[in-house]
Amino acid sequence: MTDAVLLQTIMFYIFAAITVASGVMVISARNPVHSVLFLILAFFNSAGLFILLGAEFLAMILVIVYVGAVAVLFLFVVMMLDIDFARLRSGFMRYLPIGALIGAILLAELILIFGSWAIAPGIEGLKAAPMTATAAHGAMTNTRALGDLIYTRYVLAFQIAGLILLVAMIGAIVLTLRRRGGVRRQRIAAQLARSRAQSVAVVNVPVGGGAGEPVEPVAAGE
Amino acid sequence: MAEFWHGYLLPLLITIGEILCVVVPLLVAIAYYTYAERKVLAYSQLRKGPNVVGPLGLLQPIADAIKMLFKETIVPSSANRVLFIAAPIVSTALALVAWAVIPFDTGVVISNINVGILYLFAISSLGVYGIIIAGWASNSRYAFLGALRSAAQMVSYEVSIGFVLVTVLLCAGSLNLTDIVMAQRTVWFFIPLFPMFVVFFISGLAETNRAPFDLPEGESEIVAGFHVEYSAMTWLLFFMAEYGNMILVSAMTTILFLGGWLAPFNIEPFSGFLGHVWALLWLLGKILFVMFCILWVRATFPRFRYDQLMRLGWKVFLPLSLFWLVLTAGVLVATGWVPSH
Amino acid sequence: MNALSRRARSLLLWELLAGMALTLRYMFRRPVTVNYPYEKGPLSPRFRGEHALRRYPNGEERCIACKLCEAICPALAITIEAEPRDDGSRRTTRYDIDMTKCIYCGYCQEACPVDAIVEGPNFEFAAETREELFYDKEKLLANGDRWEAEIAKALSLAAPYR
Repeated sequence: MTDAVLLQTIMFYIFAAITVASGVMVISARNPVHSVLFLILAFFNSAGLFILLGAEFLAMILVIVYVGAVAVLFLFVVMMLDIDFARLRSGFMRYLPIGALIGAILLAELILIFGSWAIAPGIEGLKAAPMTATAAHGAMTNTRALGDLIYTRYVLAFQIAGLILLVAMIGAIVLTLRRRGGVRRQRIAAQLARSRAQSVAVVNVPVGGGAGEPVEPVAAGE
Repeated sequence: MAEFWHGYLLPLLITIGEILCVVVPLLVAIAYYTYAERKVLAYSQLRKGPNVVGPLGLLQPIADAIKMLFKETIVPSSANRVLFIAAPIVSTALALVAWAVIPFDTGVVISNINVGILYLFAISSLGVYGIIIAGWASNSRYAFLGALRSAAQMVSYEVSIGFVLVTVLLCAGSLNLTDIVMAQRTVWFFIPLFPMFVVFFISGLAETNRAPFDLPEGESEIVAGFHVEYSAMTWLLFFMAEYGNMILVSAMTTILFLGGWLAPFNIEPFSGFLGHVWALLWLLGKILFVMFCILWVRATFPRFRYDQLMRLGWKVFLPLSLFWLVLTAGVLVATGWVPSH
Repeated sequence: MNALSRRARSLLLWELLAGMALTLRYMFRRPVTVNYPYEKGPLSPRFRGEHALRRYPNGEERCIACKLCEAICPALAITIEAEPRDDGSRRTTRYDIDMTKCIYCGYCQEACPVDAIVEGPNFEFAAETREELFYDKEKLLANGDRWEAEIAKALSLAAPYR
């Protein structure tokens, strides 16, 4: 075993151990905010694992999407929740059988999948050399490799996934959009379109008389 | 032993040296950026700014730093101790690690990774954590409100920044920052992508919580936002993070739109060492100009109201950047200008 | 201004640029800063600064311990105790002002029938401890001696308008 591989192995075990440990902490931490923070730690270490695999594009996307966006919203919501821990714990024993059953099914499925997993023939060479090595002599970065695959072989699946997300997004908007009457809103275009002539008038006020009717102002609200 | 020295220790020491070469000038720049800000704001308000400590007040940032170092760090009794201390450290660390991929000249970069721009985007999207953790850990209403505002704001503007980055990527054909600068040899990207340049600059202001988008701080209504409870070193770290991020945004603007270290029309009168100095001078000059623009904007505009901020992000910038992205892609394909590598 | 040019202006951020041009122009104007510890701005004769107890030209203190200032003080910053002096005249034995409570409203000098308590032109009396800001009679009389010239001038200048 060469030194470089040894170093990589050490890094792998560090990242993997932290990922698993923080995964455990996610479900066992008492404070939900701590749970989310451990989740973020888990994401980070998974990104580290991706980098060890030579998949730097995936690593960065993982950080951008999951840590930078999804987990922020998680944290956002969890921080504002007022969680009653006593009530949360009281249902634990009642739901334990169902939870255990689902866990067992998932575990069985995973075992079935990994038990029947076979590595494609003729890939032994690739397995021996990490992706970075193949990328170096082919001048093929893994971003490009990924793009080539997504936009040729898996273009249909990719587009369908995009459509599903679009539908989900529009659905969320449709579900939450309410038009309420009587809400005063700022009409920025109308405000900006206001000219001096419409808003200010110099009047000659007679002694003992008022300034008269005001100039018709442009409505700022609806 | 010799193998160990050449294989590990020497590269490690070289890397540490490189990091120091970037970080130490950066920290000095952060210190003097605060001074520059005070001077620019002062002169635009017909004042003089700091002028007592040292000649022209030039030692003011050092005096401030010493004051901060010797003050007492107060941790509120009801705060979450660990997170309270960790938040400013996270903020500053993120502001500094982003510089790992910023190229200063062809090949002069700490880590020339293939996904440099994604790395920058990832790091800048993490900046929100320092603030949101600080707001939560302080256990204070004001701090929490500031953190919430900041989180919503940064997430909103990241979306349009993402599209702007994709537009630049389309034109450059690479995720590598050096390649992006090199792709601007024919024309700096701010000319063909001018609207995107404006969107990027303004979103950058929002992303770094700078005026006129400094709602998370909002002195007038939420005192100082997420860092109300912070004092001394922890507070200083937040400030270093903020100014570091401003310099980072300036550097990103320069690299993505202003041609990085390229001189206008590719004038290269020098070669060798002087050529590197020439390139570095152009890079620094452009970064300083963008940094000045940030201060200039702060000196000019009043703070946005929160709904205006959200409207600008989602209803103006997002459609605009999406439209320009599609337009750019269309033009590139129609004219056959798609860069190939 | 028709709609088209308005749209164009709004898209080109015309008004924002005009604002920024204005700021830029101001950056090159001469600052109006008064270099404070070395240069000072003018003070109105009615300026209400640090308190002082004045004396008559013969050295006799003006205060007659009528306690009007103590009564009117809205911040309850003044504390007075009085006794007849050996020569039978009514004088204060204690005249304290808590400068940390004082709001510098000037009611005490308005209330004073003999112009004894006044607020002088001095505003540079910052101290490092609270205790230094609890002024007693001795300190106030010392202030009066120190600032008499300025106080007398300010009073005479303001007198026609009272």
